[in-house]
Amino acid sequence: MSELIKKTAVEQLALLQSGEITSVELTKAHLDHIAAVDSSVHAFLHVNAEGALATAAEVDRRRAAGEQLPKLAGLPVAVKDNLTTMDQPSTAGSKILEGWVPQYDSTVVTRLRAELMPILGKTNLDEFAMGSTTQFSAYGSTANPWSLNRIPGGSGGGSAAAVAAFMSPVAIGSDTGGSIRYPAAMTGTVGTKPTYGAVSRYGLIALGSSLDQIGPVARNVADAALLHDVIAGHDPHDSTSLKEELGSMVEAASNQSLKGLRVGVIKELTGEGFQKGITDRFNESLEILKAQGAEIVEVSCPNFKYAVEAYYLILPAEASSNLARFDSVRFGMRVTPQGNPTIERVMSATREAGFGPEVKRRIILGTYALSSGYYDDYYGSAQKVRTLIQRDFEAAFSKADVLVSPTAPTTAFKLGEKLEDPLAMYLNDIATIPANLAGVPGLSLPNGLADEDGLPSSIQFLAPARADHRLYEVGAVLEREHENIWGKRMIDFAPEVKAGA
Amino acid sequence: MSEITPELVRHLAHLARIDVTEQEVERFSEQLALIVDSAATLKVAVGEDIPATSHPIPMQNVFREDVVQPSLSQESALSGSADAESGRFKVAAILDEE
Repeated sequence: MSELIKKTAVEQLALLQSGEITSVELTKAHLDHIAAVDSSVHAFLHVNAEGALATAAEVDRRRAAGEQLPKLAGLPVAVKDNLTTMDQPSTAGSKILEGWVPQYDSTVVTRLRAELMPILGKTNLDEFAMGSTTQFSAYGSTANPWSLNRIPGGSGGGSAAAVAAFMSPVAIGSDTGGSIRYPAAMTGTVGTKPTYGAVSRYGLIALGSSLDQIGPVARNVADAALLHDVIAGHDPHDSTSLKEELGSMVEAASNQSLKGLRVGVIKELTGEGFQKGITDRFNESLEILKAQGAEIVEVSCPNFKYAVEAYYLILPAEASSNLARFDSVRFGMRVTPQGNPTIERVMSATREAGFGPEVKRRIILGTYALSSGYYDDYYGSAQKVRTLIQRDFEAAFSKADVLVSPTAPTTAFKLGEKLEDPLAMYLNDIATIPANLAGVPGLSLPNGLADEDGLPSSIQFLAPARADHRLYEVGAVLEREHENIWGKRMIDFAPEVKAGA
Repeated sequence: MSEITPELVRHLAHLARIDVTEQEVERFSEQLALIVDSAATLKVAVGEDIPATSHPIPMQNVFREDVVQPSLSQESALSGSADAESGRFKVAAILDEE
């Protein structure tokens, strides 16, 4: 493996800017590594070699001509396959969109192109981002680079695995109930879900519109901050996009001290139900934060215990409505049964053939939650829980500037486990879901290896809506202290994925 | 006890326009019953007087200037369709013959 691709994005950019390397060299090194190891990992659904090299060559030419280029120009990036790209298929991991090349770019992709970042390709995900293991992708699962027979988390397992296995320095993810943060936790990488509305959702193939948020995936805090600043900002194409600027995350990530920061440990998301090795590392990190000047307080969020149940009514309800657009008429698959079928028969046959089991399960559940007679009991109650969870956050943030918990209750489990047990599977997101229900931002940071299995554990920081910068301020300091203690980066503990295994 | 029966799953699948096999009906009935039973705790947990939240960041009346912007060409809009004719999407009969 080229030493170049093991460097941080910050280091790669410095080499590009000083002229020591070209973007074509850097992009080619990543494409070569994808060609060597992705047969083992399967992080990518589509590799955009030609397009990425064309962007890289343009950057090199313009840099050589002395042009002023955007800050991240020439740095490769991978994009989750539920964001539309005009030059590449966008399947959202579903058969119903196999081969579909959209007629427009998502706003985030437009921003990556404006930044002159070579797009390496589209990454794997659970179908329409419904899942937490990437096993519900219609195109096969992704492996965890730390242990190839384990899950990389989901739904954005492809983006997390691509970054963890050095196939891309940074990547784009989307987080509806933890789909950026949970894969980050499973793969020893960094992932941020920004405040709802901080990043435009235009061109994100919608799952749960009141929950979805796009964010950065990286190997360290400073790299995530770089990408965060590129994609954030108001977009008139998304009516839920925030008008106000939330400031520079890169600047926040340069923070050195935690003096006076109040860190609230969420009582309900610690202890029982969390793997011992994860809890041990978590408690050690609290000590580190304290030594850096933070004040540790305990906060209680009693209604978080209803979050998973509320989420699995609200999300399917929104998904069943959003996925009604896959009707065989304007784009995507069309299956026409024998005889002279009506369009209704064509739709039903298409959706039977085009959707996988988890998608069908959630559409049917959502249809139930929204049907008259049950609406008040289920969907209505879930929306009230959403209010209670927001109130819990409000109370907690009156006592603390940021909240902490482990990101996930266990380390990565084996591929194939829990597949036929949706309820057990849904608990993977127990610590990440509250942030989506309340719209607040969260960041998952690698937090050392769990003693019992040597796999990555992680810590999650949560901040009030619009205070995304606090996540980077605290994350950068804890990361720095970890690297001082370990003598290396978290990702350097990962075994190297061998070529062509 | 859950009210999720195989008949209800068949009805919901029809409303959602998804053909389902008998095996799927059986499996979904069991799985959805478990999920719905667990969701039933919510009704007990929340009081009558709690307002519902449908959106995480409150917003109202997002307006923009009513000016013409470039949009997809007809050709482009039809390009992803399985079947198109004379500038229109072509689909099977909407109404049954009887």
